[in-house]
Amino acid sequence: MIKKIFFQSIFFNLLFFKEVFAAESGGMPQLNPEFWISQIFWLTITFGALYIILSKLILPKISLNLELRKSQIQDNIEAAEKQRENSEAKLKEFDDIIKKSKLKAKKNYQEARENALKEINFKREALDKQIDEEIKKTEHEIKILKKSAPEKINKIAIESSSELVKKLIGAEVNNSSISAIVDDLSKRNGDKYYGN
Amino acid sequence: MAANPMTQFEVYRIGPEIKVGAFDISFTNASLFMIVSSLAILIVFNLGSKKNSLIPSKIQLLAELSYTFVSKMISDTAGSKAKPYFSFIFSLFMFVLFCNMFGMIPYTFTVTSHIIVTFMLAAFIFIGVTIIGFVKHGFGYLKLFVPSGVPVVLLPLIIIIEIISYLSRPVSLSVRLFANMMAGHTMMKVFGGFVVSLGIVGGWLPLSFSVALTGLEILVAFLQAYVFAILTCIYLNDALNLHH
Repeated sequence: MIKKIFFQSIFFNLLFFKEVFAAESGGMPQLNPEFWISQIFWLTITFGALYIILSKLILPKISLNLELRKSQIQDNIEAAEKQRENSEAKLKEFDDIIKKSKLKAKKNYQEARENALKEINFKREALDKQIDEEIKKTEHEIKILKKSAPEKINKIAIESSSELVKKLIGAEVNNSSISAIVDDLSKRNGDKYYGN
Repeated sequence: MAANPMTQFEVYRIGPEIKVGAFDISFTNASLFMIVSSLAILIVFNLGSKKNSLIPSKIQLLAELSYTFVSKMISDTAGSKAKPYFSFIFSLFMFVLFCNMFGMIPYTFTVTSHIIVTFMLAAFIFIGVTIIGFVKHGFGYLKLFVPSGVPVVLLPLIIIIEIISYLSRPVSLSVRLFANMMAGHTMMKVFGGFVVSLGIVGGWLPLSFSVALTGLEILVAFLQAYVFAILTCIYLNDALNLHH
């Protein structure tokens, strides 16, 4: 409402310019032409200077800044993309290496296992042979000993018997008669004494 | 001063009287606030464009947002052909906006509340746009006054109306801004006067009005600057892309 009144008053003021001023001294200061030229002059200077400085110095800088930021962000995105691809490739390589090394490790393990088994078998065979030989040798020795044992025992028995007899009755006894007795005894009880 | 709400619009001389021939171009409070507004714009946008960081500082963000705001406004209303006039429209928008906003500070002077200032701006725009129109289209620019699809009988009337509406552009453009600023400031002054005269008992109501009006006036200050700039863009659009 107030705006409308102002609007109308301005139009009427514009129409009856001089009359308004003649009638009213304390009216709208805007319509006092005393400083119009001064205002036009200073408006031209300040707005002109503002326009020139803004258009020549400041606005190109802002637009450059905006473009730089845009391109920088674009560059960063591209770099990130590239790095992502790189890291993916690296990851693939890494996986390949791991796979390969796993295979290799398996192979190595298998080989080592086989080698070890072979060696163990070889050593076992050698040991078995050795043991067999030793067993055979000892068996042979035992056989010899077994063979010679009754004779020795007989001999010892004969000798000790003759000594015993000599001590007991103080008479010399013929060795051959004693040996006959011992032989007879050993034949009878041989199984009992040397039974295997 | 409080008695008359119109005294706030008075122009007075600061310093000596300067005369060039018959013209008085003395430095006045209006000149002072034109310079203050321009300097404020330059300081803000210089600080905002000084160094370019990827993550902008607050003042840089302000400058860049204003830049994109005005640039989007121009490209939306006048298309890509209006790009060479970006600097002018940006300066115009910022000048009007800052003058309006500085006027909102108590005891300051509102440059844009003077018809002569707004009329000079509007007349400059009008003449500039008309020249651009004739340079771009030659006499074909006169087709602006002949809308297509109008019956031939009505054509003489329409042409007259179109010409009047075209010629009244600077008046409407300047008066819109000037009247808005003046009315708003006068109203605030009137309500301020009520607060004083009604005192501590009855002054609260006009005070709350005053507070509300301050908010409204800040909105109007921005809105009128925006309207001024966008109408300039629309006039420019008529001159650049003749599509009547």
